[in-house]
Amino acid sequence: MKIEKKDIEYIANLSRIELSNQEKETFIHQLSDILAYIDKLNQLNTQDIKPMAYSINTTNVLRDDKLEPPISREDALTNAPSTMGVFFKVPKVIE
Amino acid sequence: MRLSGYTALQIREKLLSREIQASDLVGQLFKWIKDIEPNIHAFITTCEKEALEKTVEIDKKIINRQKVGLLAGIPIAVKDNICTKNLTTTCASKILHNFIPPYDAFVVKRLKEEDAIIIGKTNLDEFAMGSSTENSGYKITRNPWNHECVPGGSSGGSAAAVAADFSFLALGSDTGGSVRQPAALCGVVGIKPTYGRVSRYGLIAFGSSLDQIGTFSKDVKDAALLLQVIAGYDSYDSTSAQVPVPDYLQGIESGVKGLRIGIPKEYFAGGLNAEVSKAVKDALKLYENLGATVVDISLPHTEYAVAVYYIVANAEASSNLARYDGVKYGYRTGESRGIIDMYCRTRSEGFGNEVKRRIMLGNYALSSGYYDAYYLKASKVRNLIKSDFDAAFEKVDCIMCPTSPVPAFKIGERANNPLEMYLSDIYTIPANLAGIPGISIPCGFSKTGLPIGMQILAKHFEEKKILQIAYAFERETDFHLKKPALKGLTG
Repeated sequence: MKIEKKDIEYIANLSRIELSNQEKETFIHQLSDILAYIDKLNQLNTQDIKPMAYSINTTNVLRDDKLEPPISREDALTNAPSTMGVFFKVPKVIE
Repeated sequence: MRLSGYTALQIREKLLSREIQASDLVGQLFKWIKDIEPNIHAFITTCEKEALEKTVEIDKKIINRQKVGLLAGIPIAVKDNICTKNLTTTCASKILHNFIPPYDAFVVKRLKEEDAIIIGKTNLDEFAMGSSTENSGYKITRNPWNHECVPGGSSGGSAAAVAADFSFLALGSDTGGSVRQPAALCGVVGIKPTYGRVSRYGLIAFGSSLDQIGTFSKDVKDAALLLQVIAGYDSYDSTSAQVPVPDYLQGIESGVKGLRIGIPKEYFAGGLNAEVSKAVKDALKLYENLGATVVDISLPHTEYAVAVYYIVANAEASSNLARYDGVKYGYRTGESRGIIDMYCRTRSEGFGNEVKRRIMLGNYALSSGYYDAYYLKASKVRNLIKSDFDAAFEKVDCIMCPTSPVPAFKIGERANNPLEMYLSDIYTIPANLAGIPGISIPCGFSKTGLPIGMQILAKHFEEKKILQIAYAFERETDFHLKKPALKGLTG
């Protein structure tokens, strides 16, 4: 799979990462190499194989509906770069 | 003074018999760390003051003959992607440079309950993405055996800390080999438990279906001791297993008579260093002399494991790392034009190149039009890899193979070729994909004096068996007793 500049720009946008032209060139080259290697998976016929997301079988993990003390609002806000009162503060969302 | 002659269990005896005090022990340890650490760079943060305060409490308990925990007074280092309350946890990333967790990870809570002394947070590849600890956003950790070489990764700081006698024990995390590979490269013991054996609560997520917290120690019994403390069910991790935890030290000396050891031919193929191959084959001979039988087996899909891993792990990572957006914690860019621009600048400035590369690869594999070709395909091949192990374990009790195809490589040697770096995890990745436990133990040295590690794998939840098998070898050999020569500032 050959990656092109427009592909890199598309994925970078999905990833919310900005790249310089230099970085785009490097990533085009590196991601193309990696994807070419990954293409070896196509040597295998997996038509009748089930996909596997987890290695151990767990279904319906439930617990008793018991109250436990949560992390306090104050603690939850201590690491925020910007706050206002009891809120996380962010730049303008709607223009 | 270097405290190299003792294991955690031996130090525990000395503490409990009051031959030494925890405060003296930790005081001496920090003197050694200050002397040697400038040449090793194992730690991102050390916490001498807090550690010494804790020792006072432990010493008092011991003097008053109060009940103390399993790790009472024993120093331990913790990888810096495991949350420690009120102690900075960076993941070796600039994006979390100032993150102070408001809670303890499950494993850290367990360490504290058992009276361990946390001495610091160790270096890693940023977000545990790497095999050399060169991708840290802060520093490059040196291999204590040769300062021009990498310690392996991603838990390179924890492995180096134990090898350099900075700590008796350390915690790491293993997503594709990040405990076992650095353990091998630094000549210490490293366990990756079964997926679900140890709670991931408070382990900063990389690849959630693969991540597992593991142990570093100077020998196998210490590994059993530490695993005993951190294993067990936790309702805060919904993938935590409700499987009873056995006594790992009980019966550890039972030997390997009648054991069937599987040797996967695919693990001894091209790309394996001759000295590593010889050391592992010599170890197998020893096992045969001890009464085990060696059986040739095949894990036919081994060659696809790295490709599967770099889709699955990075797909999960791209999703897990979406949370670093400059809103709730960590770094935020200075000026920005609106919120999307703030996200983009924060992430571009905060993440290193390897992390960006993996997020992009993961998002590509999950993106519309490519999901079936990459993510779904990889998930199916993952099932084939797991089935290979299931079939093998019908014939054998455990599998033995090298941990890493090569001993420690030079710093910078692989830094510019991500694919080559990825391939250094070829022997460790399959266990994560299948969720099975593995241990790496020292089994030899290269001609240039670099440690070589051997890996033992078994079925889900068979850590106890793995420890018994590993101990049978350790009891007959002295590789684990050899120490790197270390010179500090004061000579």
